Amino acid sequence: MSRLLVYHAHPAPRHSRANKAMARAARWIDGVTWVDLYQDYPRFDIDADREQARLLDHDVILFQFPLFWYSSPAIIKEWFDITLEHGFAYGAGGTALEGKQMMLAVTAAGAEDAYTAEGYQHFPLRTFLTPMEQTARLCKMSFETPYVLYGALRAAEDHALSDHAHGFASLIQSIREDTYDFEAARQREVVRAADLTILCGERADG
Amino acid sequence: MDSLLLLSFLFLTAGIIMVPIASRLGLGSVLGYLIAGILLGPLLAWLGVDVVAIQHIAEFGVVMMLFLVGLELEPKMLWHMRTRLLGLGGLQVAVTAALIMGVVMLLGQPWTVSLAIGLILTLSSTAIVLQTLGEKGLMKSDGGQASFAVLLFQDIAVIPMLALLPLLALPELADLAHDGGHGAAHGDAHGDGHSDENGDAHGDEHGWSINLVDALPGWLRAVVTLAAIGIVVVGGSYLTRPIFRFVDTAKLRELFTATALAMVIGIAVLMTAVGLSPALGAFLAGVVLANSEYRHELESDIAPFKGLLLGVFFITVGAAIDFGLLGSNLLTVLALTIGMVAIKAGVLFVLAMIFRVEGSDRWLFSLGLAQAGEFGFVLISFTLANNVLPREIADMLLLVVALSMMLTPGLFIFYDRFIAPRYAKAQTAEPDEIDEGGTIIIAGHGRFGGIVNRMLLGQGFQTVVLDHDSRQLEMLRTFGIKVFFGDATRPDMLHAAGIDSARMLVVAIDGREQATELVRHVSTNHPDVYIVSRAVDRHHVYELYAAGCRDIIRDTFDSAVRAGRSAMEGMGVHPYDAQRRSKEFASADRKALAALAPVYDPSLPGHQNKEYVRRVKEIAAQQEAELRGEKKAYSARVERAWSPPTLDDVQAETEAAQGGEFSKP
Repeated sequence: MSRLLVYHAHPAPRHSRANKAMARAARWIDGVTWVDLYQDYPRFDIDADREQARLLDHDVILFQFPLFWYSSPAIIKEWFDITLEHGFAYGAGGTALEGKQMMLAVTAAGAEDAYTAEGYQHFPLRTFLTPMEQTARLCKMSFETPYVLYGALRAAEDHALSDHAHGFASLIQSIREDTYDFEAARQREVVRAADLTILCGERADG
Repeated sequence: MDSLLLLSFLFLTAGIIMVPIASRLGLGSVLGYLIAGILLGPLLAWLGVDVVAIQHIAEFGVVMMLFLVGLELEPKMLWHMRTRLLGLGGLQVAVTAALIMGVVMLLGQPWTVSLAIGLILTLSSTAIVLQTLGEKGLMKSDGGQASFAVLLFQDIAVIPMLALLPLLALPELADLAHDGGHGAAHGDAHGDGHSDENGDAHGDEHGWSINLVDALPGWLRAVVTLAAIGIVVVGGSYLTRPIFRFVDTAKLRELFTATALAMVIGIAVLMTAVGLSPALGAFLAGVVLANSEYRHELESDIAPFKGLLLGVFFITVGAAIDFGLLGSNLLTVLALTIGMVAIKAGVLFVLAMIFRVEGSDRWLFSLGLAQAGEFGFVLISFTLANNVLPREIADMLLLVVALSMMLTPGLFIFYDRFIAPRYAKAQTAEPDEIDEGGTIIIAGHGRFGGIVNRMLLGQGFQTVVLDHDSRQLEMLRTFGIKVFFGDATRPDMLHAAGIDSARMLVVAIDGREQATELVRHVSTNHPDVYIVSRAVDRHHVYELYAAGCRDIIRDTFDSAVRAGRSAMEGMGVHPYDAQRRSKEFASADRKALAALAPVYDPSLPGHQNKEYVRRVKEIAAQQEAELRGEKKAYSARVERAWSPPTLDDVQAETEAAQGGEFSKP
């Protein structure tokens, strides 16, 4: 039983479709700590002590957010700034997070082929996530392959979104039950909903 | 005098005993009153009480009810529902009357009698249906709205019916009446209070009612009638405000009640005098006043009278049931009642399909309106007096109407238990979306409540604002802000403003004790209503907390914090730093307050409350330690944030990288 902490961040839930659907499918799963950052800190006054205590209580830290300007919504950066202090997360004596896992669940408006050297975004999606990847590494956490939905706006119109949302629920369930194959996932650039049948182990039905 | 007091006592006691029992059994208040009436019946008969005469007086409750219905209904809304009013209502009356007429003719009655019966039975019970829908909170549902449209049309249709029914008089009955004399032919139970020459249903039973129009020629009669309606509309629009302002100068609560009662009774008298239905007149006056700022005040003043009179009315319906006649014709009466209910429900169901009333609303609409109503009683006595119906048929009809009214609560229970749950399942699939509907009541529209109101209105929320300063009201009105006159600390006023269905109450009144009382009342009686309250100071926060409020805002605290921040900026503190420090100060202060609020006991002075004193000392000690620098001050968190790593930290990372464990790509 891994202790899983999900940080959900969307500054404008009224405009959200993909992340809202994912939250709706997954936030009621038992034994998972669900934190809606914009709900908890509507005035951005992130409480470092409280957040550090949360980190200590969990094994897997999952950030779920839509990609804005090739990065996370501002509150996640604020959360990093305030919570990951030297002496706690890194630097001299900063070993509190050692051995924990960090994972991202990201939605992107651009289609999959936009995130290539030839596409209009010019770089693969993973490139934009490298600051967070290196943050995890500096904090002595392993950075797991992100769970990604491309073309999130169009996905709302077909089955892709509901597949992705249900996939998110099975992903969380199987991480919690230790049936998710992190090792196999690390062989991939990103994890898509379709990959989960293999990665989630025998409990893939969710 | 004694007999009046005795009767009042009997009626009130019967109601007080039976209604709570019926409510607890889930039968609703109307059935409770009816049962009380049945139980009271023998006693009243023994005392020789003229139940029907009391019923005629109690019918004034229907007038008041229509006044209240009008108050809820703005002219805009009335226009909005015109299709349903005319289409649904008109078809219901026409089709039901025609079908019942056909069935009665098949049973061998002449067409005049059949038509009269059809018209009598097509009317549903406004009193029962509106009362029940209101109690169940279904008034705003689609089924409730459709029911209301039909009931309103029926109430209006009574007026032409009263004009046309005398034309159906049976010649042989008329002869009989003249031969046998009025009282002897009709017995003394029914109709003898009704004068034949008066075309009106209510008010005329008092014996001295004025009638201005009978002696006039037709065209002048029309002019007088129109003038009376004009008086109600114009008077309602332009006189209410100055009258209430005048009454307000006395600052006496009961004078408002007196004014409201005088208005309704005055309208009823005026309408009777020109031969119109007082119920319709009161309804019209209600609609005219629906936009007025005194609407909720009027509502809360009239509502108890309406409730009591209707209660008495239902008791008399129960008491008037002739069990002798019922016993000897039980099967016939039952069959007729069930047949009638089936026809009415069937017609309503088909109409609901045509007018696209969907799902559970269609059932609510069809079952709710399937009974005959109190206007049926009125029309029965009226037709009897006008020789339209023979006595035996009229008595039988009375039983059918009464029985169908008694069945109504049963039909509503059937709806609640079996129909609503079936549709409820289908509708609750996706409860995730936040419902932004529901009203917010704002108590007090001064400098505090006014801003809250502006913010909420700007976001498209529905607010009902109450203020009891009539000068303030006048001022706001000139700026186009809609505020209702009324003292929010009065429970009946809150009720009229809709606290039962409100989502939130914002307490922004000046009086400290009144605010606490208001919070205590609402948090006790309406635990579902979220309360935001303004506090005058720290101790008021504790008092409001003890009264049950959990969202308390000190009215000068935030501005003081902002002033402190401005001062810091003025002293050269970096603005972003000043911002974070002031936020941190406010949050530390709020935490201390939250820690003290649960242990504060409003009945004890602070220094006698040991737990409170202990915590105050604890917090004081902590603050002192912070001042002396022994503990982290409230700004410690601010100091910590974005502090750069030390050279040691950089060194540690460099060494770790050389160790290589986490440096692999």
